[in-house]
Amino acid sequence: MLAGVVQILIVLILMTGLAALVGGYLARVFTLPGHWALERLTYRLLGIDPVEKMSWQRYASALVLTNLLMMLLGYLLLRLQGWLPLNPGHLPPQSPDLAFNTAASFVTNTNWQSYAGETSLSNFSQMAVITFLMFVSAATGLAAGGAFIRALSRAGFAAIGNFWVDLTRVTYRVLLPLSFVLAVVYVQQGVPQTLSAGVLATTLEGAPQQIVLGPVASLESIKHIGTNGGGFFNTNAAHPYENPTPLTNALHILAMLLIPSALTYTFGSMLVRRRQGWLFFGTFLVLFVGFLALVYTAEQRGNPLLSKVGADQSLTAGQSGGNLEGKELRFGIAQTSLFITTTTAATTGSVNAMHDSLTPLGGLVPLAQMMLNVVFGGEGVGFINLVQYVILAVFIIGLMVGRTPEFLGKKLEAKEVSLTTLALLAHPASILGFTALALVWPGALSSLGNPGAHGFSEVLYAYTSGTANNGSAFAGLNANTPFYNTTLGLAMLFGRFLTLLPMLAVAGSLAAKRSLPQTAGSFSTETGLFGGVLVLVILIVGGLTFFPALALGPIVEHLQMLAGKTF
Amino acid sequence: MRPLPETPLASLWRPALMITLLLWLLTGLAYPLLTTAVAHVLFPYQAQGSLLRKEGKVVGSRLIGQAFTSPRYFHPRPSATSPESYNAAQSSGSNLGPTNARLIQAVQERVRQYRQENGLGDGVPVPVDAVTASGSGLDPDISLANTQLQAARVAKARGIPLERVRQLIREHIRPRQFGLLGEPRVNVLELNLALDGLR
Repeated sequence: MLAGVVQILIVLILMTGLAALVGGYLARVFTLPGHWALERLTYRLLGIDPVEKMSWQRYASALVLTNLLMMLLGYLLLRLQGWLPLNPGHLPPQSPDLAFNTAASFVTNTNWQSYAGETSLSNFSQMAVITFLMFVSAATGLAAGGAFIRALSRAGFAAIGNFWVDLTRVTYRVLLPLSFVLAVVYVQQGVPQTLSAGVLATTLEGAPQQIVLGPVASLESIKHIGTNGGGFFNTNAAHPYENPTPLTNALHILAMLLIPSALTYTFGSMLVRRRQGWLFFGTFLVLFVGFLALVYTAEQRGNPLLSKVGADQSLTAGQSGGNLEGKELRFGIAQTSLFITTTTAATTGSVNAMHDSLTPLGGLVPLAQMMLNVVFGGEGVGFINLVQYVILAVFIIGLMVGRTPEFLGKKLEAKEVSLTTLALLAHPASILGFTALALVWPGALSSLGNPGAHGFSEVLYAYTSGTANNGSAFAGLNANTPFYNTTLGLAMLFGRFLTLLPMLAVAGSLAAKRSLPQTAGSFSTETGLFGGVLVLVILIVGGLTFFPALALGPIVEHLQMLAGKTF
Repeated sequence: MRPLPETPLASLWRPALMITLLLWLLTGLAYPLLTTAVAHVLFPYQAQGSLLRKEGKVVGSRLIGQAFTSPRYFHPRPSATSPESYNAAQSSGSNLGPTNARLIQAVQERVRQYRQENGLGDGVPVPVDAVTASGSGLDPDISLANTQLQAARVAKARGIPLERVRQLIREHIRPRQFGLLGEPRVNVLELNLALDGLR
């Protein structure tokens, strides 16, 4: 256990250091007036004026229109796959509902996959559809996050930035260089990067083994830096080619946390409120460590039903033990638990173990984190989600002490609170609404991969993952049916845009307000007291909303497991 | 508050189209192709899948597990890929939940088989990695405890001293990376290749 805790501590310490380093860099990317030559060339090609200041409405229109075109391009390329190059296996095009689901999934940074990568996408599609959409969805989220922070830093000026400049800069200055360097490190560790589709090996016992290869490393790096999560292979980062060593596993984790954690520092830096930035970081970290401890202990303790039939799950000198169903030996329980917590905190959705086979409490952690959708969170949008809860916390405190709620020196009024509430409610409405629909839709339950309470968890997990734009799955569920492809596609679009757009409106509205002077009566949001209230608000609001659903799924399954009941 | 200049929405079309095409070319084509070229120059072995060859023929990849059933070889973890186990063209876990009776029955059967193959008594606990399917279905490694319990069977089937097999295992233990990360383990294909190389 000590070796496990040490590995976790190393990663968390590195993450904290990188957050400050990268956070400072991001702040410069979002604020420096100068343009690179390559960027100026890009702006000329686009025919835009980089100094144009956009209102939140115009920024949002540009964002939605661009995403729509990108999604359309991805959809078309998937539908035309059969006629496009780099397809030696002659893989057919995806069906209309599957291609809609895939395009919606990758443009919203969700990366839910109703298909298995190695059997349904050509190397061309893996690059020109999947890798491309991974970059632009991450760039979109990060641009929006930057504009959001910029808006919070303004007073009396409604413009929030220029979408074209933000999108270009985060791609050129952040995502492309980082992804390239990380991809090369991945290759060194053993991740393939080739245009060949694979080789036919003859095993030592003489059987044929078809080994699928492809441009994996270039996808893998943006997949994690961009908190995307979609795997090249069906089993994602559990596949030894996507995640060959414990080092790549640790790098995946650091890459996922890199930008979401750095944005708290960027915020502190751009608003010159460093204490506030670190307080947000600390809030994220407290929740993160709590969830990590739960999944780690649950998985290390293992499944008592397996011990009963003779499997030794104890931690000894010769084995790491724990519940190893669906897990890879090289990572052990510590690195697997850290990965599970990270991928659902940073809403990446890649998996290095099959979440469907986690113990009930182990499986509760990813579900709960995606339901809260605020522990670090996805590229850019995680920070925006946090501010939702901050506004709510400030509002609740304001009600309790009977003062007008203030945040960052701005009065929060009916407009901001209503928009925030709309964004906060869209999330559970989509999750619980679609889950309920699937439970009564004729034939939808025949997709379940597991019986009993676990089957319910599979459906709940799918819509939670889709709405939270996470993309991981309880993969026993066969989601490649027109019903699931369509409803999950919609859940992903609702989850992305019904949160992002209202919150950009809040940002625009706050940017236009004048700052109020700090008085003795102002409640500071930079104190530990506020941090504590914030954590409680997150847990209570999330808990009240989702506890009934969790009780029907993982919690009842945990009790059944302890009672020795199987299905 | 300064009002912003009104700009028509139609003016968004050109930049939206252009940036879509430009980023498609840059991130969807140029970036993966450039990475491929650099990878092939710097790390050609890894870029092509870390393949292992014996007498010039590809016998597998050191990263990808393969099926072994003969008593002369160390056996890997159970694999849930279909149609056959260790299908490296279709990775898959079992996705069986913790209270699924099919999971418990499968583990019970594997425990029974493992004890029988390795001449273990009824009460002997079996290392969990030997009886549970990995996440990818392609896990190349097994635990040290698992190799120790299989060593006697392999030595007997090959007619070589047990100590020789144990020695080989010790040489193939992969420790934690940098002494810190991951778990100690043994790569099954490399160990079996070494067994075949003994004279």
